[in-house]
Amino acid sequence: MTRDLSHWLRHPDAPTAFCPGCGHGILLGTLLRAIDTLAIAAQDLLFVSGIGCAGWIPSPHILADTLHTLHGRAIPFATGAKLANPRLTTIVISGDGDLLSIGAGHLVHAARRNIDLTVIVANNGIYGMTGGQTAATTPLGVSTATHRAGNPDAPVDACQLALAAGARYAARFPVTDPPRLQAAIARAIATPGFALVDALSPCPTQYGKFQPEDSIAACYRRFEADVQQRSDAATGAAMPFGEFVP
Amino acid sequence: MARGAIAAGCNYYAGYPITPSSGIMTEIAAHFQATGAGVFAQMEDEIASACSLIGASWSGARAMTATSGPGFSLMQEALGYAYFTETPMVVINVQRAGPATGQATRVAQGDIMQFRYGSHGDVFPLVFCPASVADCFSLTALAFRYSEMLRLPVFIAADESVAQLRETAYLDVPAPVVPRRAVDDTPFDADIAGGVPGMPSFGDGAALLVTGSTHDGHGMRRVDSPEVHERLVVRLRNKTLLREAELDQTLLEDMADAEVAIVAYGICARSARAAKNALRQSGARVGLVHLRTLWPFPQQTLQAACANTPHVVVAELNLGQLAAVVQGVLMRPVHALSQVNGLPMSPGKIAAFIAELS
Ligand SMILES: Cc1ncc(C[n+]2csc(CCOP(=O)(O)OP(=O)(O)O)c2C)c(N)n1
Ligand code: SF4
Ligand SMILES: [Mg+2]
Repeated sequence: MTRDLSHWLRHPDAPTAFCPGCGHGILLGTLLRAIDTLAIAAQDLLFVSGIGCAGWIPSPHILADTLHTLHGRAIPFATGAKLANPRLTTIVISGDGDLLSIGAGHLVHAARRNIDLTVIVANNGIYGMTGGQTAATTPLGVSTATHRAGNPDAPVDACQLALAAGARYAARFPVTDPPRLQAAIARAIATPGFALVDALSPCPTQYGKFQPEDSIAACYRRFEADVQQRSDAATGAAMPFGEFVP
Repeated sequence: MARGAIAAGCNYYAGYPITPSSGIMTEIAAHFQATGAGVFAQMEDEIASACSLIGASWSGARAMTATSGPGFSLMQEALGYAYFTETPMVVINVQRAGPATGQATRVAQGDIMQFRYGSHGDVFPLVFCPASVADCFSLTALAFRYSEMLRLPVFIAADESVAQLRETAYLDVPAPVVPRRAVDDTPFDADIAGGVPGMPSFGDGAALLVTGSTHDGHGMRRVDSPEVHERLVVRLRNKTLLREAELDQTLLEDMADAEVAIVAYGICARSARAAKNALRQSGARVGLVHLRTLWPFPQQTLQAACANTPHVVVAELNLGQLAAVVQGVLMRPVHALSQVNGLPMSPGKIAAFIAELS
């Protein structure tokens, strides 16, 4: 069944700024569907994002309060907004570089202090906006703009990191599985306290640029497989899809 | 400063411990915890503190933090964001001897130019500088007033000595902070001659678009438009620059017949006052220009005050940061009396320096 989501869009007829095939547009739709099912008033919603392609998922698209912040700092901005007005359902949605590299410290501490935020990582395993450099989430061995011969470092597992710091809920699903991703987002929002969703949202343009596949679909398949398998083989720590509750 | 903030209705404080500013945090935290009058957040670092203030301010709070040199450096990106998004908040920097870790418990005034130019891009900040316990109270309250009136982050350039002062002070009830104009169809644009738009809060139903990218009056990103960027940057400059006289808190003492003017601020203003009074006793015609607004720099006041003063001495705890500005404003050489040894400048040193001039 399709839902009319146009009332959630600031400019329903305008295209997004994302490249064709970008996962972030699918993630935007999935997020809006999750919110629509929860029947939260737009007035009570605040979306906070950082800098990167993913920072544009809420801003300017969603017709609600949006705070487009600095690279890496979405979580502390959101923390202040939430503490000063606890009535706001506060959703942070931003990139993997943003939330897990430059902003990783903030994530740990917001989880530790159990700030009632929902953090959605739009994880494409790469710095998309800046041209495909290795990120903290790039699977081991994957070729990037800064490591043509393959990323030498193991990636961070956002769910395990958040849970170790005290998150009340964590989940990982790809945008290619909208029903389960949508349900996870809805559950994260409904969770009192800190919750995180690691949403695999591929970047055919910058991640795909250094991969042998030439179709967007193949790029999606490869990224999802890389996340689940490569880290597994190299580090012994699997990064499976699913819901994780402490 | 904590009491001034509370008197002005501060109800959100975020901070990270750093000497010699931590006393402000403990004082406000205890007050909020005892009275429930506000939210205290001890953050993971100064970047997070400054960022959380911006979020809190857009949720309608009167927000403040206090820090010291290294923490102030960490905050700069967020302070530029607050300036560009016209977010009211108050930031105290209790200056200590730097750069780097420097001397954490020693006094300095080395951050004067960081207040002015700390952010990347063109910024025109508002900075007050206290020299007494009464100033700490009233200028902090005034900072809240102007942060709300002008939608600006406002800075308090304290120094270690002034922040640790103990003295009897008579405090005036501060002028009330005027509540924000909460409705505006274009919350990011106004008359370019220094206009200040209204500011709805999150949760008001305004579907706000707040962004640190260049934006039009509705908050829409306009990262390609030369006109939109120029209009915004120029209007933000005009907010403070065109209000130089209104924002000026300079005190002039014994300047009418002065042959030597001492220009000083913060702890040095106290030493300068003592030196001036002692020299006056022995007949020397010495006056004091006590700066309490550092930026926008009170050019007109200084030019008028020193128009007939042959000698101008700028006494400060840095290597001539404000002396260079004063020289530029007066368009003639001034005497820089600099000290960077982590100690307050003694009145005797100032008096001896002036005695050498004539
Ligand atoms: C302090 C700072 N450092 C670097 C940048 C440059 N920068 C802009 S976006 C970005 C990467 C964004 O990557 P990610 O968060 O993964 O988002 P994506 O574009 O992949 O969706 C970087 C490094 C910046 N804006 N600010
Ligand atoms: S560069 Fe990648 S992440 Fe950015 S819009 Fe294009 S596909 Fe999406
Ligand atoms: Mg990314």
